[in-house]
Amino acid sequence: MASSPPTFSSKDAVVCRNVGKTWSAGTSRAHEALRGIDLDVKPNEFVVFLGPSGCGKSTLLYLIAGLEEATGGSIWSFSDKVETPSPERSLIFQETSLFPWLTVWENVSFGLSIRGASRAERRAVAEEALQRVGLKAAMEKRPDELSGGMRQRVAVARALAMRPKVLLMDEPFAALDVQTRARMQDFLLDVWRDSGASVLFVTHHIDEAVALADRVVVFTARPGRIKTIVPVDLPRPRDLFSREAEALRIELTDLLRDEVDRAFAEQEGLASVA
Amino acid sequence: MTVATPPDYTDTASAAGPTRPAAVARLFASMAGEGLLAKIVWTFLSIGLFAGLWEFCWAAGWADPKLLPPPHIFLGSIVEQAKFFNTATRWQVGQSMNAGPSAFESVMITVGATTMRVFVGLLIASVLGIGVGILIRYSNLFDKLVLPTVTLLSPVSPIAWLPVAIFLFGIGNGPAIFMVVVALFFHMVLATVTQIDGVSPNLINVARTVGATKRQIYGRVILPAILPGMLAVLRMNLFGAWMVVLVAESTGVGYGLGQVIMLARNTFNPSLVFFTIAVIGLLGFTFDWLLRQAQRRILYWLPDTKGKLRGL
Repeated sequence: MASSPPTFSSKDAVVCRNVGKTWSAGTSRAHEALRGIDLDVKPNEFVVFLGPSGCGKSTLLYLIAGLEEATGGSIWSFSDKVETPSPERSLIFQETSLFPWLTVWENVSFGLSIRGASRAERRAVAEEALQRVGLKAAMEKRPDELSGGMRQRVAVARALAMRPKVLLMDEPFAALDVQTRARMQDFLLDVWRDSGASVLFVTHHIDEAVALADRVVVFTARPGRIKTIVPVDLPRPRDLFSREAEALRIELTDLLRDEVDRAFAEQEGLASVA
Repeated sequence: MTVATPPDYTDTASAAGPTRPAAVARLFASMAGEGLLAKIVWTFLSIGLFAGLWEFCWAAGWADPKLLPPPHIFLGSIVEQAKFFNTATRWQVGQSMNAGPSAFESVMITVGATTMRVFVGLLIASVLGIGVGILIRYSNLFDKLVLPTVTLLSPVSPIAWLPVAIFLFGIGNGPAIFMVVVALFFHMVLATVTQIDGVSPNLINVARTVGATKRQIYGRVILPAILPGMLAVLRMNLFGAWMVVLVAESTGVGYGLGQVIMLARNTFNPSLVFFTIAVIGLLGFTFDWLLRQAQRRILYWLPDTKGKLRGL
């Protein structure tokens, strides 16, 4: 599997070949976060990364975003090798990442201002992006005047304003309450359909994976490897209380349980050594 | 189950009309809040309590008025004490004791001179300190060349720099400003570096993702992100500057509040000491308040600071 040749001509949204990451490589504190990741993500596909805490799924997202460098293997996006960050691969963080000193629309058009776009153009783009996340009325507000869910919608609008081909989301709804999260999942599915972008979404919530994914990539405990990839062929919009959804939940729960047990065993081992 | 309702002072006060107890009740009610009136009342109460304790010690005969003159004595002799201010002008060759500026003008000239040294020193130290701090994080080479020296020099007491100040700048404004700068600069550099290290990596990653250059990241993300912290550092340094400038002035800068303290010491004049201390305290308090007002305007995006500062 790992021996498959790098497909430079692939038009896939994301291609990972034998990707590995070791933090603090070459020092005594070195630890391996990811090993031998092979993954192909199609354009406009919704892929969810599911795994126990600390399994390196967020690390993989940072590598695909180009914000961190892989210590092994290669990543391509639309046949371009990933070496630096790009507005085409926008990462949305768990914690709020809006600039508190800018208004909502200035936040959304920050990328355009970096490129030196005129104020009129920036406003127009921000207005359109905020329209798509249903927050046009909040254009002139500051981030601290918004709720957590609204802030994440602004972060999504900021990513959309750069017309991304891949949206990378690192547990974006983890800090939200359960009701808001359910609403945000519906909202994200709408945005995904409209934008035509691929979405790579990290979570450790099985329900979230069932609600969102075309495919669920299940990770092993540290070092993170792909344990299995589960295709989800539930029709959209999904009935999350259907028998099929329940069966999928049980399947994912079983897959994850082994890894969580292993992660715990490892932590206990470390604790007893210390 | 009974629900405890907070006592509603304002209602009882207005119902009772503008009678004396109602006014007192309203005063107490406002003191419980965070309003402007409450701040002022508490400030005066705090100072009044301190002064009252001192007066009590004097009345009880515990505090010798020759050594620890209470506020009514050292404030009562303001006019008499004021002639010791601005000594440089007054004692120039050919000046008679009664020529030159009036007592009030003397105090103002002295206060103005010291304040000018504080602010020029603070300004130079801030610009240099923040600039060097940013350069340290911006350039790896600069970091390696400069940070060890800055760290080495930052624990040195400003007193140790005093002879250097005099060697380099002689007598006058120069050494006093130099002392303020040297006392604050190294700490400003280290504070700036700490602030930069504390900037959320998410904000920087957002800028990297949209293709911002290193310069843009520093100018448009790091600089505004460290501003709140740097203004807090600046406020602390304002107090530091007031402390250092007195040390510098006491060594023969010509005139200034530090010089007045030194004169008071040499002529055994405790009233003058305490009067000068009161003046310095008032100046420090006022400039701190002004700085916080400025802070409130510059950091328009900080909601909690705004709320706290409105109470002033």
